[in-house]
Amino acid sequence: MNENVKRRDFFKNSLRATLALGLGGIATFAMRKLSSRNTVWQIDPEKCVQCEQCSTRCVLDLSAVKAVHAHDMCGHCDLCGGYHRPDAKAQDTAAENQLCPTRAIKRTFVEDPYFSYTIIEEKCIACAKCVKGCAAFGNSSLYLQVRHDRCLNCNECAIAKACPAAAFRRVPSDQPYLLKSKQAATWHAKM
Amino acid sequence: MARKNVIKKYSPAFGIALMLLLMIGSFYAQDRFPRPEFESGYQRPLTTTPGPQARFFEVFDIFVLIAALGVASYLAFKKRSRSGIFWMTVFSAAYFGFFRNGCVCAIGSLQNVSAAVFYPGYFIPLSVIAFFVIPLIFALFFGRTFCSSVCPLGCIQDLVLLKAVKVPRWLSEILGVVPYIYLALAVLFAATGSAFIICRYDPFISIYRMTGDFNTLLYSFGFVGLSVFVGRPYCRFLCPYGVLLGWMSGLSKHHVTTTPNNCVLCRLCEDACPFDHIDKPASGKIGIAHSTNLKRIATVIVLIPLISTAAGWALSETHLIFSRMHPTVRLAEEVLLEDAGGRRTTSLETRTFRSKDKTKQELIDQAREIQNQFCLGGWFAGGFLGLLFSIKIIKFSIVRPRADYEINKISCYSCARCFESCPNEHVRLGNLNSEPVLDIKQITP
Repeated sequence: MNENVKRRDFFKNSLRATLALGLGGIATFAMRKLSSRNTVWQIDPEKCVQCEQCSTRCVLDLSAVKAVHAHDMCGHCDLCGGYHRPDAKAQDTAAENQLCPTRAIKRTFVEDPYFSYTIIEEKCIACAKCVKGCAAFGNSSLYLQVRHDRCLNCNECAIAKACPAAAFRRVPSDQPYLLKSKQAATWHAKM
Repeated sequence: MARKNVIKKYSPAFGIALMLLLMIGSFYAQDRFPRPEFESGYQRPLTTTPGPQARFFEVFDIFVLIAALGVASYLAFKKRSRSGIFWMTVFSAAYFGFFRNGCVCAIGSLQNVSAAVFYPGYFIPLSVIAFFVIPLIFALFFGRTFCSSVCPLGCIQDLVLLKAVKVPRWLSEILGVVPYIYLALAVLFAATGSAFIICRYDPFISIYRMTGDFNTLLYSFGFVGLSVFVGRPYCRFLCPYGVLLGWMSGLSKHHVTTTPNNCVLCRLCEDACPFDHIDKPASGKIGIAHSTNLKRIATVIVLIPLISTAAGWALSETHLIFSRMHPTVRLAEEVLLEDAGGRRTTSLETRTFRSKDKTKQELIDQAREIQNQFCLGGWFAGGFLGLLFSIKIIKFSIVRPRADYEINKISCYSCARCFESCPNEHVRLGNLNSEPVLDIKQITP
């Protein structure tokens, strides 16, 4: 009896050691791919096809994806491809002439003949209509980005799952944007 | 002023000239319109870059996890306090669930670890490895205290459990196989970079986030509703991480017991566990009881390689079906179907693919590569499942002699519910003014 119990203890201890070793092994294997910081989701603007999935697929009621504007790329045109509908009757701020369904772009006069366009983030639903318009008729200075003050950073991003262009990818959390424009160059250099 | 007029007058020419200039090896090759020089001193605003919500929490969460596991183990072992565990459960549901929105959790982290081990382009942060490893280490020493009151998924089910219905033994045994399959598939899909199915089909995340579409909420509330009457349905019949915890806990160095000192066979704890994790006493010689069982065990042991190979073959043969979890394979199949004229409409995915530069052959090659990975992964996953089923059959055939009512170490969540059913526990607490209750084994010869 005593012998038996001893043997069983020995057996148990070795199994326990095996489990611990296995766990350590898996952890070490995973460690080879260790990134020093956490990762977050971001949209690669070069890959984005403005399919509107971002506005509906996010787990948040109001998508964490928003349009952003690279002002230093913008032509500041009076007739803006991202702001005005292609069939706009006049180049003004009238609702019927605006492309944005929620009027989330603010048009401000800068100086003749230039206007600046700013995204009102609270209103933006990430439908990417302005992005498409700006890409078709303008400098492509409007583009979509995941806004990290809103994003919950799900382990599996629901939009990434639905993205037809595989434009979503994980980026280091201390460099969480894939910016267009000059700012991008300086911003990434700073990091 | 004059300069501005000139610009205005010749702006098309200016534009074209500037465009040509910029096009020559310039960084801003896509400009259609020149960027104006402002005279009014207007400064172009920069794109704001609000950071991720709280990087501080990446490290802080690890400490909270360790502290929570420590407190849960202390409450279960030293205090033996169900109310303590209950408040710990409330805390974990509030912190890991509602406050941290349930991501990343230990259950989901096993996919990240699998992806980090097998998938080339995947990198894993330290906090995720910690969330995977720490609860398992604790389980190796103290049993599944993680399940009792730290895991946010377990907590929400535990908190809503009001009236536990006993699940018939045969049903719970059959459903108990599901977690193994779920685990094998979750690892397979994560390793091939296809999907994180544990996260996709997490029934409680939309409750913690308090958002979700109709179907998700229906699924979530269905599960919560079920948890009111069936103790922890997700933990028992789905949780893939529970499989790993069970292995650790089964061999844990220490584990909680129903009775604080000795079992008196009073049978009061028989139905105390809402999850049916208390084993009744069983007679039998040490090890193997009957010669028929011995034969069965011998047969199964001999057949293990055969069973594993068969299961591996079966799963690898289904790689064409399972590989559809990968978006590339799905896309390739859709493109081929459309080209063969098998579909009248086109999908968003195929339209996107056709608008890009990648050729069809490249896509097909990629899809083939992924299918081959699934074929190989299927052998391993199937072999693993075959081995586990063989072990399960062997376990059925071995009758361990048990003199007392014992907690099933593998599946017990250490929730401390059964403690108060033991009369010796009441003696320990001083509720009963007597010596420890007499052992029935000493009375009846």
